[in-house]
Amino acid sequence: MKLTVNGNEVEVTSEADTPLLWVLRDELNLVGTKFGCGIAQCGACTVHLDGVAIRSCVTPVAAAANKDIQTIEGQATEAGLSPVQHAWLETDVAQCGYCQSGQIMAATALLAQNANPSDPEIDAAMAGNICRCGTYPRIRKAVHLAAALMAEEQSA
Amino acid sequence: MSDTLTARSLSRRRFVQSSGALLFAAQCPVGLSRKAYAGGAGAMMNSFVRIDPNNVITMLANNSEFGNGAYTVMSMMLAEELDVDYRSIALEAAPTTPEYYSPLFREYLTAGSVTTGSTFMPMRTAGAKARAMLLEAASQDWQVPTAELTTEGGKVTHAASGRSSTYGELLEAIHRLDIQPPETVALKDPSEFKILGKPARRYEGAGKVDGSAEFGIDIKLPGMLYGAIARPPVHSGSVIDFDATEALAMPGVVKVKAIRAGVVVLADSYWRAQKARAKLKIEWDRGVNDGVSSEQFYADYRALADTPGLLAEDIGDAIGALDAAETAGSVIEATYEMPLLAHATLEPMNCIARVEGDTCTIWSGTQYQSNDQEVISRFLGIPQQNVTIHRPLMGGSFGRRSSKTADYTVEAVEAAMGESVPVQIIWSREEDIRSGHYRPLFVHKLRGSVDESGMPEAWHQVAVGQSLMQGTKHDPAYMVRGMDIYSLDGCLQEPFGVFPYGTSYQIPHHRVESHNAPKKGIVPQEWRSVGHTHTGIAYECFLDELAHKGGIDPMELRLRLTKDHARMNRVLSVLKEKCDWDKPLAPGRGRGVASRIYNISPVAQAVEVTVAENGDFTVDRVVCVVDCGFAVNPLGIEGQVEGGLAYGLGGVAFGNIDIVNGEVQQSNFHDYPVMRLPQMPKVEVHILPSDEPPTGIGEQATTPIGPAVVNALFNATGRRVRRFPLSSQGFNLV
Repeated sequence: MKLTVNGNEVEVTSEADTPLLWVLRDELNLVGTKFGCGIAQCGACTVHLDGVAIRSCVTPVAAAANKDIQTIEGQATEAGLSPVQHAWLETDVAQCGYCQSGQIMAATALLAQNANPSDPEIDAAMAGNICRCGTYPRIRKAVHLAAALMAEEQSA
Repeated sequence: MSDTLTARSLSRRRFVQSSGALLFAAQCPVGLSRKAYAGGAGAMMNSFVRIDPNNVITMLANNSEFGNGAYTVMSMMLAEELDVDYRSIALEAAPTTPEYYSPLFREYLTAGSVTTGSTFMPMRTAGAKARAMLLEAASQDWQVPTAELTTEGGKVTHAASGRSSTYGELLEAIHRLDIQPPETVALKDPSEFKILGKPARRYEGAGKVDGSAEFGIDIKLPGMLYGAIARPPVHSGSVIDFDATEALAMPGVVKVKAIRAGVVVLADSYWRAQKARAKLKIEWDRGVNDGVSSEQFYADYRALADTPGLLAEDIGDAIGALDAAETAGSVIEATYEMPLLAHATLEPMNCIARVEGDTCTIWSGTQYQSNDQEVISRFLGIPQQNVTIHRPLMGGSFGRRSSKTADYTVEAVEAAMGESVPVQIIWSREEDIRSGHYRPLFVHKLRGSVDESGMPEAWHQVAVGQSLMQGTKHDPAYMVRGMDIYSLDGCLQEPFGVFPYGTSYQIPHHRVESHNAPKKGIVPQEWRSVGHTHTGIAYECFLDELAHKGGIDPMELRLRLTKDHARMNRVLSVLKEKCDWDKPLAPGRGRGVASRIYNISPVAQAVEVTVAENGDFTVDRVVCVVDCGFAVNPLGIEGQVEGGLAYGLGGVAFGNIDIVNGEVQQSNFHDYPVMRLPQMPKVEVHILPSDEPPTGIGEQATTPIGPAVVNALFNATGRRVRRFPLSSQGFNLV
């Protein structure tokens, strides 16, 4: 089966019902995407499928074929970190950091849809991403900062 | 690491040619070979600092990083005295050898919110001593007085002559001139601090935004097999027999075998191992815990609470005062009941083990390296120094990864025995919730009275629950006259055992008793803030009840009770002002306060809640004032406070592990809910300036939030919750 991950075409041999999460992690060694619950309850495994944030732990790899898969590893470019990653670093969001790949992917998808989300909109869009360290106040702050950075980038 | 290497790396000799490079190889991240570093000629300046000729300064960290900020504060301390950027310091895990044991615990353990306090002097001293040697070398080599030398950005400079050398360049002179480490060294005065006391972003933050941070679960070793364990339905269960015919026929499955933890499937991918595990047919012996239930625990503990316990504290004459007050009608009684709680770290437990002959290597996120080493060496019957521990980052711990049984570690070793490759065991979330270790269930029975002025006069508390320390190797250190000091932490007015602090309150008659409930059903384990997770609720809520009984404002009551405790009194005074305590709230809204001391920082919180008719409530605002001594990293402290109270709030609001017929009923985040973004209150953190030595902050904010919210709900509705979680009593945090 052929997959397109972060713009690169790759061949994978996992069974068709294998969740995309485990193909990314165990077959492609893209371990930035995390396992947290296995039932789409925690958001640690969030990746983008054709620009939409999905839970890779419940998405069979077959459903991702011929689609654009984006993971945390594909967020930074040669020019540097993405605006969301930059905002995350600037705001010092991470504590243990385990959920943050998923948080960043969720925030990136949110900002692609809504360039300037309000706090309630951020809460609603990111309610599916658990952070056990409780970095939530800084997540809210970082999403706002990312929105501002992206607006700046647009106007530049 | 080998004995030789260990001995060399432990050597206090100031300059062991190339031992640093060898040490680096022994501790290098997975995937880098020792050979790649064999050519270096680094110098161990002391146990914690190595400088390499290319001017890379390496810190050997003997505290672990699980979100606590250990790496950040430790590198800040070292960097401050060495006059370098803390982010320029390279970091290695210090070997698991006695030299690196915590001076406080006398073990290799990161726990108890003591990292900042216990490393503040050692890491600064390590930095300062290394700097002194560099200055001495430059001084002798350049024939100039040390007083004329300055350090900045990893260089020693002599301004008058214009000479300047990097630290790395000075290694040669240190060696040639045989510069000895100084016996003593002057540390910077806090007024000279450039790094300490200033907000600093997380040391290892970059890898946590680009996905490159390596957690235990991420490590891949050549040929490694993945293991999934089918565990017994009841804690203490064991395998009688199993049929693996179907499982073995599944793709990628290499082996199925029974171990003490259950039946393990080894496969070439974790998904395949998990999938095959579902095909196992297992006959279980349910063991001694068959039939236990949370409800029975509550009933048994309530009955125990009515009987005299071991006497922990007896100030004045509480019983006499209460009996006398009974006739005056100024006595109230209440029982508080707190359930079992799981830690639910987001990175599930996992461990890689490789057993070769009489050596064992593990790759494990753990707070408690020396214990893991000890348990594994006992299990395998090999010397402790033959157990090497590689230490990746941890995706949260909250106490779970300080397992005294080394459960998730030693089972990986057992699974790897007889295998020619490393084995990685990964727990599913269901295993984490059902088969973990738990904050023990506790019942606190309280009786108290108020005097004529309405102030608390007598207090009698009986605490019942399973001890964390009884019967463990920690028994001698943490049990006092048969009582576990953690079961009572935050209940006693006077210091108890090794805890050098009391509640900060002064109640004239104060009696506290303790029952160690029978050890059964579960393995009890420290949960962020440990004893305070239950004592905090019982104490602070009952204090609120007494305030109500005496007609005294709960904030005013605490200010009066702490008049002899300057630090807590100051915390409360600031809190009262910052939280607008006296500003009236609209109907349906309420305000509550709680104040606690844990290792040794006084922390108080005031919260505002809004409660709907149906019991749905929001926590709108939390104001938290902390005094954790000198604030080494204000940005880190703020994060620990926000996160710590989120953890505590989730636990009180909906945390509940329920055991029925020996089996845990919850299984994943849908039925063991944890805090999510919409439920997170706005938090205001106020760090009081202080010249006292730094004390804990990782767990201190976890405790006041629960009772403050319970007290606020009472303030808003007149309903007092005494059984937890709140969601079981009709109050749902939304």
